[in-house]
Amino acid sequence: MLDLTFLGETFVTLIGGIPLTLQLTALSVVSGGVLAFVLALMRSSRNPFLDVPARFYIFAFRGTPLLVQIFIIYYGLSQFPALRQSVLWPFLREAYWCAAIALALNTAAYSAEVIRGGLNAVPAGQIEAARSFGMTRALAFRRIIMPLALRQMLPAYSNEIILMVKATALASTITLMEITGIAAKLISQSYRPVEVFVCAGAIYLALNFVIARIFSKLQYALTPEKREAPATASGNRIEEARHV
Amino acid sequence: MQYLQLMGFGPDGWGRDMLAATGMTVAVSIAGFFGGIVLGCLSAAAKFSRFTFLRLIAEFYTTVFRGVPDLLIIYLFYFGSSSVISTVAALFGAQGFVSAPALLIGALAIGVVSGAYQTQVFVGAVNALAKGEIEAARACGMTPFLMFRRIVLPQAVRFAIPGVGNVWQLVLKESALISVIGLVELMRQSQIGAGSTRQPFSFYLTAGALYLLITFVSGFGFRALERRAMRGVRRAA
Repeated sequence: MLDLTFLGETFVTLIGGIPLTLQLTALSVVSGGVLAFVLALMRSSRNPFLDVPARFYIFAFRGTPLLVQIFIIYYGLSQFPALRQSVLWPFLREAYWCAAIALALNTAAYSAEVIRGGLNAVPAGQIEAARSFGMTRALAFRRIIMPLALRQMLPAYSNEIILMVKATALASTITLMEITGIAAKLISQSYRPVEVFVCAGAIYLALNFVIARIFSKLQYALTPEKREAPATASGNRIEEARHV
Repeated sequence: MQYLQLMGFGPDGWGRDMLAATGMTVAVSIAGFFGGIVLGCLSAAAKFSRFTFLRLIAEFYTTVFRGVPDLLIIYLFYFGSSSVISTVAALFGAQGFVSAPALLIGALAIGVVSGAYQTQVFVGAVNALAKGEIEAARACGMTPFLMFRRIVLPQAVRFAIPGVGNVWQLVLKESALISVIGLVELMRQSQIGAGSTRQPFSFYLTAGALYLLITFVSGFGFRALERRAMRGVRRAA
C-alpha cells in the first residue's frame, strides 16, 4: 500500500522547490517590511493626508484575495502599452518579480497594522520619561519607542511571516515552480495526490516550525525581565535550569 | 466609457456574468463558512475532551491545516476525490479521469481549512469565560450539559463573534483559490473575461472591487451582530 520509493523520490523532487519558496518569502518580507514601517508611521500621523491614503491602502490589500493582486500585476499590467514600452517591463514581464512585488505589497498591508499595534503598546510613561530627559523625538523613537515596540510585536510578526511562507504557494498559479508548483505537477503526472500532499505538507510544516522556533528564541533573548529569577544557592533551581 | 460598456449589462457587457459569478463566490464561501463552523465546534469540543486521543486528533488537525498552504489542500481534495470517483466509475465501466464536482469540493476544502481556524477562535472564546461562572454553575448543581447550554455557550458565542468575523473574511478571500479547479466564481469568470477581451486589468480590478464590496458589507453585518451580542455586557468607562 505504502510505496516508500515513490515517497522518497517525491520528497527529493519537492526539496528542489524550497530555495524558491524561501527566496520569495525573504524578498517580500524584507521589502514589504520597509513599506509596512512607512505605512504604520503614516497611520499614526495626525495629518489626514498621510493617514487616509495609508488607511485605504491597508483596507484594499487586506480586503481582496492575494490571487487577485498577483493577477492584476502579472496579467493586468500588460493591458497598458505605455507600461510595456517602459524601463520597468523587463521586471514586470517576469513571473518571479511580479510574485515578489504582489507578496510584498500584500504583506506590507498586514504588517503595517502589526507594527502600529506594537507602537501603540509602548506605555505613555516611557515616552514621557524619555522626553523629560530632553531626548529629541527622533532619539526617543530610536532608543525607547522602537526597541519596545519591536519586542512587543514579535509574536504577531512571526505569524505574518508564516502566513507569507504559505502565501508563496500562490506563485505557482503564475508558472513559478516553488514547492506547491512542483507538487501540483507531480500530482497531475502521477495521480497520487495523497502521497505528494504528505511530502509537500511535511516540508511546509517543517519550514514553519523552524521559523516559529527562531522567533520564540529571539523573543526569549529580547525579554530578559520575563525569564525566571536567577538560581539561588539554596534552591533547586540550578538543577531545573540545567534540564531546560 | 469603454470600461462601463465592458462591465455593463448591454449585449457586449460582462456585467451579468460578473454578478452571477459574485453570487457563486458568496455561495461557495457561505457553504464553506458554515461547514467550518460545524468542524470548528467538533474540534474545539475535542480539544477540551478528557480523552488524550481526541485532544491529539484535534491538535493534529489544527496544526496541519493551518500550517500548509490552502492551495495545496484544494489540490489534495480535488485530485484525491477525483481519483476515488474515477476508480469507482471504472468499476461501472467508465474510462479515464472523472472529475469531482468543483462546487462541492471547493466548499469542502474551504470548510476543512476554515474549521481549523474556527477551532482556535472557539477555544479562545471558551477560555475567555470567567472561572467563577463555571464554579457557580457547578455549585448550583447543573449537569455538564445544562451548564454548557445555559452558561458556557451563550457567553462563548458572544466572545467568538469578532474572531468568527475574521475567519469569514479569510474564507471569502480563500474562495478565489477555488478558481484553480474550474469553479466559475468571481476569479474564474474574470480569467474567462480577460482571456476573451484581452483586457485583464479591467477584469481583475473589477473582481478586486467586488471582493472589497463583499468584505465591506459583511463587515457591517458582523459589527452589528457584535453590538447586539454585547448589549448586556458592562464596559469599563
